[in-house]
Amino acid sequence: MFRKPLDLGLVVLIPVLFALAPLAYNNQLLLFNAMVFLALAQGINIIYGFTGYLPFGYVGFFGAGAYGASLTVMFLHLPAPVAVLLGGLTALALGLVLSPLLRLSGVYFAIASLAASEAVYYVIANPGLVNITKGPYGVSLDRVYSPEFSYLVMAVIVGLVTAVVVYLKRSHLGLSLKAVRDDPLSSETAGIDVKRQRMLAWSWSALFAGLTGAVFAWQISVFYPGTVFDPSISIFAIVFTLFGGAGTVLGPILGTVVLYGVYNLIGITEPQYFQLIYGVLIMVLVLFLPEGIVSLLKRGGANVL
Amino acid sequence: MSSEAVLTARDLGISFGNLKAVDGISLDLKPGEIMGLVGPNGSGKTTLVNLVSGLYRPDRGEVRLGGRKVTGLAPHHLARLGLNRTFQVPKPFHTLTVRENVELAAFYTRQEPHTAEKALEFTELAPLADRLAGSLNVGQQKLLDLARALATGPRILLVDELGAGLGPMELDQVAAKLLELAGTGVALLVVEHLLAFLNQLTSRVLVMNAGTRIFEGKLAAAAEDPLVVEVFLGG
Repeated sequence: MFRKPLDLGLVVLIPVLFALAPLAYNNQLLLFNAMVFLALAQGINIIYGFTGYLPFGYVGFFGAGAYGASLTVMFLHLPAPVAVLLGGLTALALGLVLSPLLRLSGVYFAIASLAASEAVYYVIANPGLVNITKGPYGVSLDRVYSPEFSYLVMAVIVGLVTAVVVYLKRSHLGLSLKAVRDDPLSSETAGIDVKRQRMLAWSWSALFAGLTGAVFAWQISVFYPGTVFDPSISIFAIVFTLFGGAGTVLGPILGTVVLYGVYNLIGITEPQYFQLIYGVLIMVLVLFLPEGIVSLLKRGGANVL
Repeated sequence: MSSEAVLTARDLGISFGNLKAVDGISLDLKPGEIMGLVGPNGSGKTTLVNLVSGLYRPDRGEVRLGGRKVTGLAPHHLARLGLNRTFQVPKPFHTLTVRENVELAAFYTRQEPHTAEKALEFTELAPLADRLAGSLNVGQQKLLDLARALATGPRILLVDELGAGLGPMELDQVAAKLLELAGTGVALLVVEHLLAFLNQLTSRVLVMNAGTRIFEGKLAAAAEDPLVVEVFLGG
């Protein structure tokens, strides 16, 4: 599975660096959020980078994971790590329910997935469900609050999602997903079960968004539906992936580090300039660098993972 | 006779709206046999290939592979059972290399890895193996379609207008390759407009018009059949 030292290096090094980073830099919440976006960017990479489906409603899985974990804590009184797992499974289940969306393609899929995430949001935020989801009033998980433990679990999830992307990059499965993206008909004649492969990518992608949302809920412990179903979470993660380069392991990592770094440098003090720069950046990327900044390295002759 | 056929289609039919694209076609293919499928544009040849290869599910009729009923099975199942095809407009995986294109087909149909190498050698694409498939010219992409189909170890190969767009030299080479394949026992159904090309391959043809069979037999006899002449040249 890991054919080169670089593979294993990335999978281990990134979580370890994040785990140690708070010793050198005291804004742990910022580091945590960077991990959240890195995991989401890699999750989008799994579905978009390898199959071409662009899920604008990806945040729906994130929110489903956050609520799945929260309900587990509130009603089942299970320990937080178990709740995280169940949060991931909640998103996976939502992915299975939404799998008919995969019959759509291109912009139709993107919009339908956005609509689906909004639908889930409005169901959860519905005051009629206040006894279950607390409706619009948000949930509190103060009983399991543990910023250090949840931080470390998030680092592990970053390692896991990186491992999955490395595996896709190196395996027949990843290659077959790219084949399906290039041409579903001839993929079938090459013996590839197109529906099954798409479902696999979709499920992995949903699972990681759910796990990430669950740990996010655990970390911040008090949140509203609008916090975890905020469409800009999808947009950020998508832009990070596109900026770095979808379909590679390094692309989403570079994209998240660079853009989330820029966001924290100028986005908080001068939000209006940040949004302007962001908008221009997206247009420039789509027009001139559709394969992200790693494609510049490829042009330079480097063999990019 | 049908007991030894490797492919049997009986009374296949499919309609799109009011159009009967294929209307009651039957055919048998034995191992190593080459059958030509000809007819004017829109006569249903490619639709028939799509029905047999599982891209379309027929409204009626059945397809059997060596006696096993496979009607309505997905193409990836049929590929694993030894039935494969090429496309009129080649459909390579553009962002993968030539080798990856062929290796994937061998892998997902559970062939030995060397099957892919053999397919590349056979189609003379081995020197291009590390190129991206999208960078090949149309003729090379057609050969890649063929190589990918061969990497699945087919017993039946449906060849949809492989000749179109090839030059005279390439045509002779491809004809020789297809004859060599048939010599190894692969049954071939060859859709073709180029009758001279077809004539190099086989003497047995099925002529379609408006979804139905209007002639089956020797290519030479087809040229003298009044109905075939009328359909091709106008009455």
